[in-house]
Amino acid sequence: MELLAFGKTGWGDELFYATLMTVAVSITAMLVGFFFALIFTPLKLSKYKTLNLLGNFYTTVIRGVPELLVIYLFFFGGSGAIMYVASIFGYYEYIEINAFITGSMAIGIISGAYSTEVFRGAIQSIDKGQFEAAKVLGINKFGQFYKIILPQMLRLAIPNLSNVWQITLKDTSLISVTGLVEIMRQSYIAAGSTRDPLFFYSFAAVLYLLLTYVSMKLINKLEVRYSKGY
Amino acid sequence: MDFDLMITSFPKLLGATVVTLKLLSASLFFGLFLGLFFAILRLNKNIFINKFAYGYSYIFRGTPLLVQIFIIYFGLGQIEYLRTTFLWVILKEPYWCAIIAFTLNTGAYTSEILRSAFQTIRPGIIEAGKSLGISNKIIFYKIQIPIAIRQSLPAYGNEIILMMKGTSLASTVTLMDLTGVAKYIISTTFKPIEVFIVAGGIYLFMTFIIHNVIKYLEKKYSFQQ
Repeated sequence: MELLAFGKTGWGDELFYATLMTVAVSITAMLVGFFFALIFTPLKLSKYKTLNLLGNFYTTVIRGVPELLVIYLFFFGGSGAIMYVASIFGYYEYIEINAFITGSMAIGIISGAYSTEVFRGAIQSIDKGQFEAAKVLGINKFGQFYKIILPQMLRLAIPNLSNVWQITLKDTSLISVTGLVEIMRQSYIAAGSTRDPLFFYSFAAVLYLLLTYVSMKLINKLEVRYSKGY
Repeated sequence: MDFDLMITSFPKLLGATVVTLKLLSASLFFGLFLGLFFAILRLNKNIFINKFAYGYSYIFRGTPLLVQIFIIYFGLGQIEYLRTTFLWVILKEPYWCAIIAFTLNTGAYTSEILRSAFQTIRPGIIEAGKSLGISNKIIFYKIQIPIAIRQSLPAYGNEIILMMKGTSLASTVTLMDLTGVAKYIISTTFKPIEVFIVAGGIYLFMTFIIHNVIKYLEKKYSFQQ
């Protein structure tokens, strides 16, 4: 137990901050994912074949390629890509991107592909009559989406989004390869310096279980709230 | 774009794909049996057996695969007693550690898939079997299992693809699988995009094949023939 003490003697406070880091990365990645879903869901539902193709390309490639490979692409290619863009504007110094940003972008793009599929499925399962009724009532496009489609869609999407959240949360463990100090990386460091990997990796597993358990409880509450009236 | 690099790295990556496929097929093979075993335990009426099987699937589905591999590869070697037993022959090899971790992981997901498949079988089918005087054992092997396999095919197809992506984590325990070799080439040439296109292309090709095989099987074993 003294291994988990807070302060200089143990790893308690380090692991606590690492847990916060995991939560922070997961939430950022989830939000980045929503942003991507916002762009690609309309593409997938579009009438135009080329836009469809673009949307399908994104979700197929990201969901068919291992997460680790995507992370390596961002880790090794991220600063190169930024420097290339900067060189167009006449800036030639070395730019290093923060591991947090690289990590949450990489996980965010992966999470976005799953979110896109969830939103697409939810919108498609809304009765066609709802769209038509909204049109007949003369509600504008924004109102149609915001007041009529979105509330119904959220009810259908929340259970599946909770799966996406779980996937995202677990995927953040892979960012440890880029050196960002989250649960996995901190356990690796602690295991290395105390030569007690069994304890620290098991403790990491407990932390992840705790995170998934708590988030499940919170999401269940949300689910109840959005299925009011059903 | 460095096309020469793409061409020269292709055979190396293809060679590493063999490792990925070996890991995948071994863990799916063992995982299917483990999954079936735990699915049957889940359906058991004894609350302790039931809870035990639920705990297994909860723990392995609630923690990242990376943690599981690290516990098995780095953690288990720490137990002095294990080093003296014959198990150590297996556990000192990263290859077997990866397979054990993948098997336990896919076993947990497979048990959930099979459990829900068993539970969706209409009771009428089992009752029909009983009224024909077929023994419980035969009902299970000849009626419930084939229907459950058919029911779980789409979900199991997804699980195969997820597991294929999961094998990329073997590269974190020094195994040179497709992702491991891709990372090695990227870190020596600093050309991430080219390597990503080739390695990602190989992964996508495998996904495509798995997807279509499952689709074919679904059609073949569908109820309407």
